[in-house]
Amino acid sequence: MPFRYFAHDADVGVVGAGATLEQAFVAGAEAAFSLITRLDEVQPRERLELDFEEADVELAFVTWINLLLGHAQENGLVLGKFELERDGDHWHGRAWGEPWSAGMERGVDVKGATLTMLSVAPVDSGWEARCVVDV
Amino acid sequence: MDLTRIRAIDPWSWTVPLSPGESRHEVKLYGSRELLETMDDKVLEQITNVARLPGLVGAAMTMPDAHWGYGFPIGGVAAFDPDLGGIISAGGVGFDISCGIRCLRTDLTLRDIAPHMKRLADGLFRDIPAGVGEGGQIRLDVAQLDRVLAGGARWAVEQGYGEATDLEYVEENGCASGAVPATVSALSKKRQLGEMGTLGSGNHYLEVQWVERIVDQEAARAFGLFEGQIVISIHCGSRGLGHQIGTEYLVSLAKAAGRLGITLPDRELACAPINSDEGQAYLGAMHAATNCALANRQILAHLARRVFAHQFPGHRLETLFDVSHNTCKVEWHEVEGRRRLLYVHRKGATRAFGPGHPALPQRYREVGQPVIIGGSMGTGSYILGGTAESEARAYSSASHGAGRAMSRHAALKRWQGRELLKDLETRGVLVRTRSMRGAAEEAPGAYKDVERVAEATERAGLARRVAVLRPKVCVKG
Repeated sequence: MPFRYFAHDADVGVVGAGATLEQAFVAGAEAAFSLITRLDEVQPRERLELDFEEADVELAFVTWINLLLGHAQENGLVLGKFELERDGDHWHGRAWGEPWSAGMERGVDVKGATLTMLSVAPVDSGWEARCVVDV
Repeated sequence: MDLTRIRAIDPWSWTVPLSPGESRHEVKLYGSRELLETMDDKVLEQITNVARLPGLVGAAMTMPDAHWGYGFPIGGVAAFDPDLGGIISAGGVGFDISCGIRCLRTDLTLRDIAPHMKRLADGLFRDIPAGVGEGGQIRLDVAQLDRVLAGGARWAVEQGYGEATDLEYVEENGCASGAVPATVSALSKKRQLGEMGTLGSGNHYLEVQWVERIVDQEAARAFGLFEGQIVISIHCGSRGLGHQIGTEYLVSLAKAAGRLGITLPDRELACAPINSDEGQAYLGAMHAATNCALANRQILAHLARRVFAHQFPGHRLETLFDVSHNTCKVEWHEVEGRRRLLYVHRKGATRAFGPGHPALPQRYREVGQPVIIGGSMGTGSYILGGTAESEARAYSSASHGAGRAMSRHAALKRWQGRELLKDLETRGVLVRTRSMRGAAEEAPGAYKDVERVAEATERAGLARRVAVLRPKVCVKG
């Protein structure tokens, strides 16, 4: 699994890893949304598109997760699949999911990604992005 | 926490000696040795960083239930003077802006509800939207939401959710001044359109509790509490709107800090001077989110009343008090003999005005403000009263909860949700939740001992114990 968690007293630390920076961000999003429900049970019935500008890669990671959380709730969706492309300071993301339904596993609401323990850095296998998310 | 790094002032308050060449304000940690020993070293690191922020007045403080937060520790209190370049920090308020507790007292007793517990639990679970993905029954448009953000609980009462007398017992009479809905982003508002009257998830709950013991008879009389009585506590905040404001301003304030010449000891302390455009924009949005939270708890109180009216006709549920614990409040305080207008951040800390404070309703003026320490779903909660000495000790602040003793990750490894709920039922506590994962994360054993936190809060002079509450029904988010 390209994501994992680390302990924080009240909240949860998420870590996404990938061969590229973008893949690490996608894995970070999977980590955050796996706290909400089981991703493998989410059907990709609806698609969200989002764009943002950010030169600072650490703030970009936080912004990416927070925009996904915001647009998911705005549209009443639970998301399970993510893609991200970067062109300089411009980031273009896509996410797929479906409306909440009765049988879905309910985890916890992720309020947002924080700057706590935030880092985006190259590692031996590519890139790793991490931060604490408030739940 | 490594206690060799701190020094006892007395058995219930501690300070952190300055290192050679170190320049910062004083740090004060309230709590017993036992409580401090269980705290993460990050609490010390975070509150020491807060003590380096510009415009801080007096000490940066932690309450006895403190734990590791983001930027500020949870349980952190710090007051800033705008005329000294004082700052406003999004992390010092938290993402769930104005999260707090509404407490309702009833004229029912444990004996009255005992035969009907299951029916009551099921009725509350049916009518109180709780948990991730659960929308409310109210759908607003943006213009209506703007009126919520300007009006708070007053808006809710005007719409028929609750009673005008409730407002007297809500901080700021149910409406935070200074709210500027225009400083709230379109996405923040869109997230909230279907969220009014929802509990949320995580550590949020609606609990039916009984008063097991009265500790302070005089204050209990003023608060309308008696042994055996049923009370209801509702713990929640500003939902998606507050979360979105928190996340957006955390990033924008992090960028602003550098531009405005603030050297941050840690980036997560993202902040801006109160007297800056960025600081004022955040304050306008934060007050709007406060009104969202006050309206939300007002609606939830109304929904709880409806369930009780159906199941126990003829009985009244009156608001005992509604107090937020993720806030920055603009308050007058006396510092070194001079009254000063300060911006008091309370991140996971409760305002606790003492007797005689003019902001208190007449009914509580002689005994001080009701202070609610919410415990875990299996143990208990406390109602305390504000003290006069808390003003000098902590800008009239006190603990807000039991405080986590274990990470969610560790709790998930130790407990299974279904088994936990069965165990609680055998102990007479009915829990209703859609999230077994959430239940495991919120296991009573994952929290500090609320008795120790309440005792330390009293011994440190922050508030005094009035009543001990025990849970009977918990609707968990």
